[in-house]
Amino acid sequence: MSELMQNVLAKSGEYNYKSYTENHVRTVLSKLAKFEKLNLFDFGVILSPAGGAFLENFAHYAKTETRRYFGNSVSLYTPLYISNYCDNSCSYCGFNCKNEINRGKLTLNEIETEFKTIVATGLEEILLLTGESRKKSDVGYIGEAVTLAKKYFKTIGLEVYPLEVDEYAHLHKCGADFVSIYQETYDKQTYAIHHPEGPKSDFDYRFCGQERAIKAGMRGVSFGALLGLWDFRKDAFATGVHAFLLAREHPHIELSFSVPRIRAAHLKSESELIQEPVGERELLQVMLALRLLLPYASINISTRERSKFRDNVIGLVANKISAGVKVTVGGHNESQSQKGDGQFALSDERSVEQIHVAIIDKGLQPVYTDYVLV
Amino acid sequence: MPKTMQKTKNSEDKLILGGCEFNSRFILGSGKFSLDKTKLVIEKGEVEMATLALRRANSGTDSILDYIPKGIALLPNTSGARNAEEAVRIARLARELGCGDFVKIEVINDTKYLLPDNAETVKATEILAKEGFIVMPYMYPDLISARQMANAGAAAIMPLGAPIGSNKGLLTKDFIKILVDEIDLPIIVDAGIGRPSQACEAMELGVSAVMANTAVATANDVGLMAEAFKLAVQSGRKAWLAGLGRVLEYEAEASSPLTGFLEDLED
Repeated sequence: MSELMQNVLAKSGEYNYKSYTENHVRTVLSKLAKFEKLNLFDFGVILSPAGGAFLENFAHYAKTETRRYFGNSVSLYTPLYISNYCDNSCSYCGFNCKNEINRGKLTLNEIETEFKTIVATGLEEILLLTGESRKKSDVGYIGEAVTLAKKYFKTIGLEVYPLEVDEYAHLHKCGADFVSIYQETYDKQTYAIHHPEGPKSDFDYRFCGQERAIKAGMRGVSFGALLGLWDFRKDAFATGVHAFLLAREHPHIELSFSVPRIRAAHLKSESELIQEPVGERELLQVMLALRLLLPYASINISTRERSKFRDNVIGLVANKISAGVKVTVGGHNESQSQKGDGQFALSDERSVEQIHVAIIDKGLQPVYTDYVLV
Repeated sequence: MPKTMQKTKNSEDKLILGGCEFNSRFILGSGKFSLDKTKLVIEKGEVEMATLALRRANSGTDSILDYIPKGIALLPNTSGARNAEEAVRIARLARELGCGDFVKIEVINDTKYLLPDNAETVKATEILAKEGFIVMPYMYPDLISARQMANAGAAAIMPLGAPIGSNKGLLTKDFIKILVDEIDLPIIVDAGIGRPSQACEAMELGVSAVMANTAVATANDVGLMAEAFKLAVQSGRKAWLAGLGRVLEYEAEASSPLTGFLEDLED
């Protein structure tokens, strides 16, 4: 357990969102009106039920901050699943090792074919994903995929199982510079319920993943809780605290958030253990709070959300959107059959071109690259 | 150990520097007074920490040390130092003379504006912190330098509000606010504070203490001015603790132009 982790858990353990009133909210709005930086207390106020009554006000300030840091730009990228073998049995995940699904792993040739198909859509940023299986998708294999990706893409991110520092350093050398590790929930008990087996059951190891990635020289790290597994306000608070405190220790790091949620429709299919579904209103509240606490952080909006929601949050609070998404293993190129089943259900299956047009229609600017590997 | 520096049991609002607790958040710079006024100012201002320039303490007769009452924490400074090496030497000398472990690092390599040299100050901070000093570096309010000083072991950061002796107030307010927001150490505004209202404003920003010298020393009635500063610092501190109330802010219209797309009942 790192010192950071202790601080994050201590601070979020103290968070009692019921204690805030309209008066607290007005004080935060007053700070925003004066362009003052918010602190963790203010963040907690925005996330509280009292703050929920002022979404329109917060949206106003969030839009100002989003424009201030990102202008009209909305970044596009797409994920590519290269393997769905997994040793974990996460209650909510399609890759759960107990699920009888088609499993597969792309060969380097197949990966290259996928890359070519993706590049042809105009994308220049890719996120490489695997399930958690050190046997089937080892670090050497991921490194080869990254090296190959470097030929086709300007920006390479990783969403793979948490690694050791030297492993991250290897992948960094291969060309990856951004690492996403989602803690899913910051409550240890809830975490244990949903991650009963496999390497992912180690809460602490996962928690310290971002710190190891930074030690290895990665430029950016991403955070996220699967909202709804536990009390979503507490998890959202802990996510913000995690990034906020990490940034104090490593002020040069680029921060990024994803905000996946459990939806009512998924409750039966995904797990009966889930505490409560999170609505669009609550999801937006979380996004606004993150934007106002860390206005310079990147906020990504997932294809789990419907197109109308996605189109409305870009430029307002999100600055990054995935496009042309497939959550199956492979599947971008139609000539090669998909090699494994998908991780979750999509709500927005639009192509890169369609998303591009939607961004332009909002008066915003699609951006395909904003980064140089140095 | 002076009485004021002893640990207290209750959870009152204390200024903590290097493990020592202070009730007073008004630190007095002592360089500009007639020596016989020093005691009066300390009493009227309820001061618990006073700086002292080692180069003045070192003189044979009529040393400033004799005029600072017992029980007041001494904060020897390294004025006269032009680089880290000289600052380190002066600090060690202060300790040998029995001034305690506190040291305010002042490295000034510019005689026209008397602005501090942050890079040399970082170096001196690192060396002295390793030697067990409670190091309080005086600096130009720059976030990157402040982080370096914090990492080097500083116990507090002392940014200037305006050029020393200028009485111009909080010219660097926005940058001091950045330090308050980003640095997990007491931030003490040093230099430039000319009026009690400016000291109060600094405290409202969330700084931990204010230091003043010229502003008090140049008043017609130094005792009364010291008292005015004491009250201003206390007032600003209480305002900060209370959390400043709201000013009139943007009010959303009844319609929801930015959030109207949300669906409350979905799925």
